[in-house]
Amino acid sequence: MSDLPRGVERRSFDGKERLATRGMPVYGEPTDGEWRLWDAGRSKLGAMIEHAMPVGLAGGESVLYLGAASGTTVSHVADFSGPTYAVEFAPRPTRDLLSVAEDRPNLFPLLKDARKPQTYAHVVESELDVIVQDVATRGQATVANRNAQFLSADGRLVAAIKARSEDVTAEPQDVFDRVVDELTAEYEIVETRSLAPFHDDHLGVVAVKR
Amino acid sequence: MTQQGWFEGVSPDDSDSTIDRIRDGDSDAPDHWPKRAVEAGFSADEETYYEQLRSVTIEATRQAVKTREQADDSQLVHAVRAMDDCDRTANELAERTAEWAGTLFDDVDPRLEAVRSLAEKTPQTPAEEQVLSLASQVDSLATEAESLRSFIEQRAPATAPNLDAMAGPVLAARLIALAGGLEQLAKKPSGTVQVLGAEDALFAHLAGRASSPKHGIIFTHEYVRGTPRENRGSAARALAGKLSIAARIDHYSGELKPEIHEELDERIETIRARTAGGDK
Ligand SMILES: C[S@@+](CC[C@H](N)C(=O)[O-])C[C@H]1O[C@@H](n2cnc3c(N)ncnc32)[C@H](O)[C@@H]1O
Repeated sequence: MSDLPRGVERRSFDGKERLATRGMPVYGEPTDGEWRLWDAGRSKLGAMIEHAMPVGLAGGESVLYLGAASGTTVSHVADFSGPTYAVEFAPRPTRDLLSVAEDRPNLFPLLKDARKPQTYAHVVESELDVIVQDVATRGQATVANRNAQFLSADGRLVAAIKARSEDVTAEPQDVFDRVVDELTAEYEIVETRSLAPFHDDHLGVVAVKR
Repeated sequence: MTQQGWFEGVSPDDSDSTIDRIRDGDSDAPDHWPKRAVEAGFSADEETYYEQLRSVTIEATRQAVKTREQADDSQLVHAVRAMDDCDRTANELAERTAEWAGTLFDDVDPRLEAVRSLAEKTPQTPAEEQVLSLASQVDSLATEAESLRSFIEQRAPATAPNLDAMAGPVLAARLIALAGGLEQLAKKPSGTVQVLGAEDALFAHLAGRASSPKHGIIFTHEYVRGTPRENRGSAARALAGKLSIAARIDHYSGELKPEIHEELDERIETIRARTAGGDK
């Protein structure tokens, strides 16, 4: 079992040991003093950590988060990481993401399309430690490949791949095989794993840049 | 190949320019921006750089969200105008079709729905073929109008949550269309909102040919139409007042504010109570 990042702890909520980070509450999650529950059922990265995948987060890393939505997961990431760039392209959830950013000194929100990294490469710095990706849209491998340029030589991709976003009719396993295969253009796969029971039909992928 | 940070060539004190650079700038590749900003004299040190980056990304993103949502309001405007065109054309064509069909079939009902269902008949003569083909055009136009309506119903809550809740998606979209956009609607005094869509009547009034109109398109709202005639003016004024507040909240904050809806409900109840028991 890999160690939790510094700044993430297992704490007891309702008698169960659950992940938690320290920071301003965001979405009405339960808290225990300064700690707030990080629900793996609501966060694919949380599920990957629960499954002890080697996500390459020890605490303090620089992170590019693709598909930040209203900031649920990225708020926890920013609680234990260094500079955290959050890219989201839908305006509505980005409004909520803004209030998450207002409470965190190291979170930089960007309303940008993750398929077009040149529109934010003038803002997001190079040599980042980790890309977390949860875009749930067609072309998930392409998004990851195009953003590889932001990673340092041994930087990691930590992606949640949603089968139904690529093809609703195909067998999830076939979709996953295709996506993983496409990722090898830019990455070397470290581990893949289903995110069940937390998230159905999602594959967790950890990869390092080639 | 351009590879320039957002801070290059702008002064840290010029927030308009730095915000524009975050929003519209680009680069073919990333670089060590914190280090380069310090070297360029933009930031005293990297810690300062991140503070600057944070406030400018928050502000730039806030503005970008607003612009994008306003672009969404123009989608609503086009959709509601297209829906009205489809409805109007479908109705006109239905009349023409029914008139012709009446010479070929018994019991032709001139209403739109009846004409649409004519399209299912099987033609026996060349003339019937022409008429039934027209009927199927009517049917397609009416279907198109329905699909535009559901598009509006789907988009309005995100674009204008308070107007949507107060007026319903279609009337909300019509008000935005009549004003020329959500921002324009938000900037109109409530007296103008009250008579939007009654431009002809207002013009006649200003030319001295008629009394001043008490309501425009908002007459279609239950709160006006369903209020007894002698108090309709007050109901229209109350509704228009709250609608313009709703438009302002939608434009400036975008958050649903339940209070204004409750206040309107109470206000209308009071107005109607004045006539309760009296003639209706
Ligand atoms: C499943 S949600 C992310 C949930 C979030 N990661 C969390 O756990 O809090 C996927 C998000 O990706 C966004 N998205 C999809 N395609 C995108 C793109 N090309 N660029 C940026 N964001 C995108 C969607 O708007 C949506 O908000």
